Amino acid sequence: MATNKIESQDKAITADLFRTVGKSIEEMEAISRPSLTFWQEAWLRIRKDKAAFIGLIILIIYTILAIFAPMFSSYEFDQQDAYAMRQTFSAEHWFGTDSLGRDLWVRIWVGARVSLSIGFIAAFINSVIGTILGGFSGYIGGKFDMILMRIIDIIYGIPALIVNILVMVVLGPGIKSLIIAMVITGWAGSCRFTRGEVYRLKEQEFVLASRVLGESTFMIIVREIIPNLMGLIITNLAMAIPAAIFREAFLSYIGLGIAPPNASWGVLAKEGAAMIRLCPHMLYVPAFFICTTVLAFNLLSNGLRDAFDPRMRGTD
Amino acid sequence: MGKYVVKRVGISLLTVLVLVTVVFILVRLMPGDPFSDPKMTPTVKENLNAYYGLDKPLLQQYTTFLGNLMRGDFGYSMKYQNQTVNNLLRQSFPYSLDLGIRALVLSLSLGLVFGIVSARNRGNKIDLFFVVVAVIGTSVPDFIVGAILQYFFAVKWGLFPIAQYKGLAHTILPSIALGFYTMTSVSRIMRASMLEVVQQDYIKTARSKGISNFRITWKHQIRNAIMPVVTVLGPTVASVLTGTFVIESIFAIPGMGKYYVESVQNLDYSMILGQTVFYGIFLVFANMVVDIAYGFVDPRIRIAK
Repeated sequence: MATNKIESQDKAITADLFRTVGKSIEEMEAISRPSLTFWQEAWLRIRKDKAAFIGLIILIIYTILAIFAPMFSSYEFDQQDAYAMRQTFSAEHWFGTDSLGRDLWVRIWVGARVSLSIGFIAAFINSVIGTILGGFSGYIGGKFDMILMRIIDIIYGIPALIVNILVMVVLGPGIKSLIIAMVITGWAGSCRFTRGEVYRLKEQEFVLASRVLGESTFMIIVREIIPNLMGLIITNLAMAIPAAIFREAFLSYIGLGIAPPNASWGVLAKEGAAMIRLCPHMLYVPAFFICTTVLAFNLLSNGLRDAFDPRMRGTD
Repeated sequence: MGKYVVKRVGISLLTVLVLVTVVFILVRLMPGDPFSDPKMTPTVKENLNAYYGLDKPLLQQYTTFLGNLMRGDFGYSMKYQNQTVNNLLRQSFPYSLDLGIRALVLSLSLGLVFGIVSARNRGNKIDLFFVVVAVIGTSVPDFIVGAILQYFFAVKWGLFPIAQYKGLAHTILPSIALGFYTMTSVSRIMRASMLEVVQQDYIKTARSKGISNFRITWKHQIRNAIMPVVTVLGPTVASVLTGTFVIESIFAIPGMGKYYVESVQNLDYSMILGQTVFYGIFLVFANMVVDIAYGFVDPRIRIAK
């Protein structure tokens, strides 16, 4: 355009009257921000989100302590000491001792192993089952979908706690029973959620494109749909873990979780609540760890929700 | 709308049937047996089994149980003579229901108010305070809230009775402990919803018409923002009413939760069965009522189905 000479009635407009103000093809096409993968992008935003990052740090610290603290302590979690009963915080017993003289520092971290692993494993199995079933149900639709949704309606209708209690009574106390009890009721939620999302996604062009290219249904679900749901699935996982920790604490509290002398945070809180008048620290210490863990997960899942949300891209 | 109600009632009935069947099977799978007293001779045991119908084939036990349920008979205790489930429920359920309703009313009303106040003061100290309370509230299990409230307000400062359920003063601490979690989650939902509604065009329209701030909040914002809270009402009712289990044990309230845990520990089959079924049916129908009510309130469901 710049080389064209345009004549008007009074004055000729020539090319030398114009000047490039600095827009070139290269600049227009240049990518202004570094190309990031989905995970790099999410990590970057989590790191900027103060609350979520603090949550993440707390959880990492707790996990490390749960793994290593009992190994490096001179006490065993079930080692009783009649001369050191109901002590408060001291250099010897960092978190004091309980009514049988057991060291609370060790018991807290042994309990953390149980509580955290139940939370992780139950939530993980739930979301794997839920994602796969929900994915197929939403994608294929039809009778399979209808039957599955009616089953889920029924599972939703039955109070989860009642099923949990009954399963615990039948299977007896223990980590395995707790996980089974929570999976029986828990998968339905993530299944229903995944199905709804898949329903929305399957109408989109990239799915149509890969169907046109002759991809099998299974591969479309695994390669196209589930990766697009990854962010939401992880966010839901982070929200499901504290719920499982809560439930474990609740069941242990009414005496159906972990059998003594084993410890979980729920068991410790129960023992503490019974002794609250004599040594309140026995309740405060486990209560503190339950609350901060759940709080950390809540902060983290809030942050994850924002981090994985494509609408939030580039807003910071 | 009629179709929606019929469908919802149908699903609820089916749910109850599945629940009853699952509970029946699970209870029979339990290890141990209710007459495990070492003093019992095999003959006595046999007689007891026959008396309680445990020697009959499972299918027959099941049909008998279903038939009894239809007549509103939830069975009898195997542990205590002359104690029927109906009897026990008559004594204990009113306590649980009373506590549950108090907690629900308290948590819903306070939760809504806190959510509204928080949203109206977005970004300042009042908002921050409520947000922090909400975050803490959703991170603390109710039995810890209960134990701590009891310790400070009853044991240390003596402001309220420590336990039992005999008058208004007795009901306050348990209701707060039970409703705290729900209150904070309701206030969180309400706050988010209020903030979303305030950006809608109809609020701008109302404002440009010169309607006062108070009227906008009251007539337009709250009415529209309350919908998401109504959606979670069903699960909320269930969680509050099941939460009574631990709260009852902390405050020594003679409600259902206390007896339920007791019969689980005693392996009192028919007692567990009866109570679970009763509890389950109650919750399923509470959920159903909430859903149908929601259908009436939400025009999208009213018209579409």
